[in-house]
Amino acid sequence: MATHLSVAQARPKHKRVLPGLGLSLGTSLLFISLIMLLPMTGLIMQSVDMGWDEYWYVITNERVVASYKVTLWAAFFASIFNGLFGLLLAWVLVRYEFPGRRVLDALVDLPFALPTAVAGITLATLYSQNGWYGDLLASLGIKVAYTPVGIILAMAFTSIPFVVRTVQPVLEELSPEEEEAGMTLGASDWAVFRRVIFPALWPALMTGIALSFTRSLGEFGAVIFIAGNMPYVSEITSLMIFVSLQEFDFPAASAIASVVLMASLVLLFAINVWQARYLRRLHGR
Amino acid sequence: MSNRPGQSHQLRVGDRPLIKYSLIGITLLLTILLLVVPLISIFQQALVEGVGHYFASLLEGDTLHAIGLTLFVALLTVPINLVFGVMLAWSVTRFEFPGRKLLMTLMDIPFAVSPVVAGLLYLLLYGNNGWIGSWLYDQDIQLMFAWPGIVMVTVFVTCPFVARELIPLMQQQGREDEEAAVILGASGWQLFRRVTLPNIKWALIYGVILTNARAVGEFGAVSVVSGNIRGETNTLPLHVQLQYEDYQAAAAFASASLLALIALITLLFKAYIEWHQEKLMRNESDQEKQVAK
Repeated sequence: MATHLSVAQARPKHKRVLPGLGLSLGTSLLFISLIMLLPMTGLIMQSVDMGWDEYWYVITNERVVASYKVTLWAAFFASIFNGLFGLLLAWVLVRYEFPGRRVLDALVDLPFALPTAVAGITLATLYSQNGWYGDLLASLGIKVAYTPVGIILAMAFTSIPFVVRTVQPVLEELSPEEEEAGMTLGASDWAVFRRVIFPALWPALMTGIALSFTRSLGEFGAVIFIAGNMPYVSEITSLMIFVSLQEFDFPAASAIASVVLMASLVLLFAINVWQARYLRRLHGR
Repeated sequence: MSNRPGQSHQLRVGDRPLIKYSLIGITLLLTILLLVVPLISIFQQALVEGVGHYFASLLEGDTLHAIGLTLFVALLTVPINLVFGVMLAWSVTRFEFPGRKLLMTLMDIPFAVSPVVAGLLYLLLYGNNGWIGSWLYDQDIQLMFAWPGIVMVTVFVTCPFVARELIPLMQQQGREDEEAAVILGASGWQLFRRVTLPNIKWALIYGVILTNARAVGEFGAVSVVSGNIRGETNTLPLHVQLQYEDYQAAAAFASASLLALIALITLLFKAYIEWHQEKLMRNESDQEKQVAK
């Protein structure tokens, strides 16, 4: 983070005339401390109380490790799918004018607006044996509900908007000159896309995929209904925390949660640093 | 908006009709399969046992209580996060200070943290064994497994939304208008109400709508701290789960349809705001053209 701070300080000093720095910053810091940072102390204390051996035993328990693998792989495939689908959606929304474009644009946000539990029971019902899709897929010999594929599907559903919303603005601001030059010189669409457009898009695309991945790692409501939650096969890590809590095993829940929390905080900081870096390059600072 | 086709006569990537229409076709097909059909199926499943059954299951005592509790939680959460969001956006877009970037990263924590972990953090701190919770227990105050706990975790989960909508807009608008107002002698409150608020009005409303949608629908975090007491600490999303696992699928989808309706209103509202803003921008550029003439 040090690099950003020095950039901020290096900017010409702006004479401060606007009021409210103390009030707004004070309120924000107090709020963040109380709402976000203070609650973490409970988790740290609980984990420290356990002692290293027990902590290590819990987080490397076979069933828990299996849940890490299921969660990571499912989130990986879900975010790759969203990278492709999101890029396609963003492209079509920015580049083409067609009836229903506005409706499509609004629909993209549905997964953010729809409660995850609602998404969960809906997907589980659709893909179960008697559901519209499940019925169809069963005749092809494909089973989605109550398998890891169902987890991928639920994760992909809840994180569709991330890639679209990070790529869309970059695509809108892309200047047409280079692209038109390439086309005039007779290069194929694919060649111009790969050589000219993709290099400009990929930082935003990666950010979107990373956000989608982070969200998928933590997804709970949408996943548990469709996953079937079979130990070693289709249990996600969030569920392992939840199960430990239902057994009133607070130490185990905390230990697993601390792993998940650290992973998501590392991802969050990495994404922010990466984003700041490519934004700076983009604006030539 | 310079990329809208029709403004440039030169061919750009993907403008050939074959590519264009197949890309639009694939996108629409996937969107219908992945988003539209699930959305329709919520309402279809809710009405599968008839309209009478639909309303009867919504008017059932526990369902009504869940609806009431959910609205109550949203009613407390939204104003808290509205104030926080405005304060945070004001501080990070109007001033330079060391740690500003760090503050903006911290703000995103609720987006990155799994809701189950969020619920657990609160349970460990304010539950009867936590260092604050055990003290509260001695004072006979119970926050967890009661509505205050539900409100607390909902505030946590939804706190970035208002700030997230405001910050890019306020950064883009700059501080010149506000600085001019201060130099002309406006007080802090006048400045906010007369200059800032009109500029950020729509983003603020959308932030509130989004906060509300998420507050109403939060599942994982609430499910950890609620205790799921039927008719007492059951919010609507938890009630959906309860009914679904009780093999009352139609009733579960009836409750779910209310939540889906709130989601749809949220989307409609967003589409309206975008349409409204594009119209404003068009009007402005028309005026500029007339002045130029």
